Amino acid sequence: MLETLGNALTDNGLIVAFTVVGLTMLVSYYLSDKLTKGRIHGSAIAIALGLVLAYIGGMVTGGEKGLSDIGIFAGIGLMGGGMLRDFAIVATAFGANFSEIKKAGVNGVVSLFLGVVLSFVVGVGIALAFGYTDAVSLTTIGAGTATYIVGPVTGTAIGASSEVITLSIAAGLVKSILTMIGTPFVAKYIGLNNPRTAMVYGGLMGTTSGVAGGLAATDPKLVPYGAVTATFYTGLGCLMAPSVLFLMTKAVFG
Amino acid sequence: MVIYGVALLSICLLTGVFLGDLLGNILGIDANVGGVGIAMLMLILLAEYLKKKDKLKAPTQEGLSFWSAMYIPIVIAMSAQQNVAAALDGGPLALTAGVAAVVISWAIVPLLSKGGNSNETLESEMTGGDQRVRNIR
Repeated sequence: MLETLGNALTDNGLIVAFTVVGLTMLVSYYLSDKLTKGRIHGSAIAIALGLVLAYIGGMVTGGEKGLSDIGIFAGIGLMGGGMLRDFAIVATAFGANFSEIKKAGVNGVVSLFLGVVLSFVVGVGIALAFGYTDAVSLTTIGAGTATYIVGPVTGTAIGASSEVITLSIAAGLVKSILTMIGTPFVAKYIGLNNPRTAMVYGGLMGTTSGVAGGLAATDPKLVPYGAVTATFYTGLGCLMAPSVLFLMTKAVFG
Repeated sequence: MVIYGVALLSICLLTGVFLGDLLGNILGIDANVGGVGIAMLMLILLAEYLKKKDKLKAPTQEGLSFWSAMYIPIVIAMSAQQNVAAALDGGPLALTAGVAAVVISWAIVPLLSKGGNSNETLESEMTGGDQRVRNIR
């Protein structure tokens, strides 16, 4: 009987995912309403719950894909994977205002470059403080602080050790997770309530999942504006970190 | 029909991802450069054009709105499959670097989103980095 149930669940992974996410949202919106009187948005709680589930999944299986490493929850991997995520992000653009995007276009582009360089410099500074002095390790950790994709891409390109590459991924993950959780809380202090700021925000933070999750929990209407710039960030980072930024780091630290 | 909207969305995403990969190849990097962003711009422009021509019927729009509404659930599924354990195992360096990058970026947001013409005091307080901003504007 238990085996039959297990099979029914594993054979219908995506459907299980819909169920799990639906129930998670139900609980989250209930908690948001009853415990915080709606002050903390339901989707913010749901994202935090998702991260807790991911942590449990990672601890139980030792895998890299959170909850989706557990057999019956494999469908979460499909539902929250790159394909459907990108599909849904593009869908949010339906109804976005093109003239707003044009108006904030320059700010968006500037924030992209500044965002990559800023995160990189911060990462390099912290790595220095922790005793790394060689340009390769510094660059890799700086790149990982941009996003957890830029880190390994850069590290591999310039020949960093796997220990440093792992660190760079972890730094990027911390950034992404903190952005997801923290965005709704800082939103009102940094004026994150209009399309222009959302575009700047996407460019500065850069982590697509972080920005997408954070803005969704702040105000879903802002999602397309943040996402439209954030999706350029990783590409720009992969372009700049192993080249210009590496050369500059090398020039400074030998 | 609803599927028209879904197909329109698919065409935009596929085109965007293809162009993003192509752009990555041209730049010589192993990454997609803004594929999703290109797809979003494409969808906005196409939807606007079709609406003007009165070719974007209500069912077609429903195909788009459904996926737009599925966005938050999908983001929650995405958060449930993050490598949270690895992020916490990264130790103090990874934690400090990640947190510092986020906090400093947050602090910069209001400065950048102000734009050139409003609030002069904030602008004049800024050094190097911002002058570039003003020149571009």
